[in-house]
Amino acid sequence: MSQKVLLSSKEINIILHRLACQLLENHMDFKDTVLIGLQPRGIFVAQRLKKILQLEYGVKEINLGLLDITFYRDDFRRGDKPLEANTTKIDFLVEDKKVVFIDDVLYTGRSIRAALTAIQSFGRPQEIELLTLIDRRFSRHLPIQPNYRGRQVDAINDEKVKVMWEENDGEDVIYLINK
Amino acid sequence: MSELSVRHLLGIKYLGEKDIQLIFETADHFKEVINRSIKKVPSLRDITIANIFFENSTRTKLSFELAEKRLSADVINFSAGQSSVKKGETLIDTVNNILSMKVDMVVMRHPNPGAGIFLAKHVNAAIINAGDGAHEHPTQALLDSYSIREKLGDVADKKVVIVGDILHSRVALSNIFALKLQGAEVKVCGPRTLLPKHVESLGVGVETDLQKALNWCDVANMLRIQNERLDINYFPTTREYTQQYGVNRKLLDSLDKEIVIMHPGPINRGVEITSDVADSKQSIILNQVENGVAIRMAVIYLLASKIKQ
Repeated sequence: MSQKVLLSSKEINIILHRLACQLLENHMDFKDTVLIGLQPRGIFVAQRLKKILQLEYGVKEINLGLLDITFYRDDFRRGDKPLEANTTKIDFLVEDKKVVFIDDVLYTGRSIRAALTAIQSFGRPQEIELLTLIDRRFSRHLPIQPNYRGRQVDAINDEKVKVMWEENDGEDVIYLINK
Repeated sequence: MSELSVRHLLGIKYLGEKDIQLIFETADHFKEVINRSIKKVPSLRDITIANIFFENSTRTKLSFELAEKRLSADVINFSAGQSSVKKGETLIDTVNNILSMKVDMVVMRHPNPGAGIFLAKHVNAAIINAGDGAHEHPTQALLDSYSIREKLGDVADKKVVIVGDILHSRVALSNIFALKLQGAEVKVCGPRTLLPKHVESLGVGVETDLQKALNWCDVANMLRIQNERLDINYFPTTREYTQQYGVNRKLLDSLDKEIVIMHPGPINRGVEITSDVADSKQSIILNQVENGVAIRMAVIYLLASKIKQ
């Protein structure tokens, strides 16, 4: 197994600021927009973006929810490992809101497909966008593309992209791991 | 741990402490799901479940059926009263006939203790025991403990007294196993005739004075008298039973603390519990019913995840 650094802490920070600005450009005061971090790893990206938008760009209020897609996945009983659920916490209505899904890595697109089904339990959004920090090109199983992407990566199937966060893993860094 | 150590839920006796914790954590997620405006998830859309009830039930049957439907499973219901069982069909034949219709899981209530265990040995499906005679009723015990955990934060070190007809109660036995496994202290309380011999060997205390038992406990789980199972007179009259073992407001007010009141249902109002107590804020009887759906969703989901394609 070998690994190389795909993005350093400094690069991640620059990308997050760019993504925050792109969100700001489209959503301005976030009055009709809600951010939804996808469990388990998308929530870190979402929390960082919320912090940047509030502290550095003066957005007063941003609704951020956490969505777990475990019970909506299409591989229940199909893998060796059982699926473990995480917390869903959406304490606002998504009805008629612009929803932005936030995840760390976009790979096959199946998680996003599940999230699109899951969010319907909370109402009918006006529209849904997708923001992803890493977009693994050429590996999609479904016709799903991000609206905002941090970095596009050409990784082959044997490789794995691992995103680490200071608050969870001790440092901000993204590795490309060759199994 | 992310999967159960068992393929069937036949009794609490066969579970470990980690199994119970996993069921509770999964139930937490399902409780959030059933409080959404759309209370359904698609996880079990390719699973078929048969609810086979050889004994009457309202709450448990409804609760299981709702749990199954909220997980998107296909459900078939079978009641012994309207079936070929009356024509002399054996249990294995009945169930195998149902299974040949490609059923993956069986939820069964049966008057004979051990019916679920017998079935698990002879048929190829995941079995959930929804009550077997006076033996076990595991999902009831799980939802009881889950409700205590929700109300008091934890089950460990809590003092729980189970009051009433312990002798004929599957709820009592499953509760004793579940509570002991989680580190609670348990006492049983009732007339001597309705306490099983050697019940102390399960590690529980015995008390025949209700007032003393209530003064000791944090939680009182009130059971009904199982009139349908009483073959002889175990106490002189219902009125005398109520005087000695019924919980009423006056009795609760005489205690020096506020205890939690539980009841697995069906309630015989005015016998083991008065209406003002059953409907008071000390009572978590309706929370138990709500939690029953979440717990059963968790059990079904976790067992279904062990059924390979």
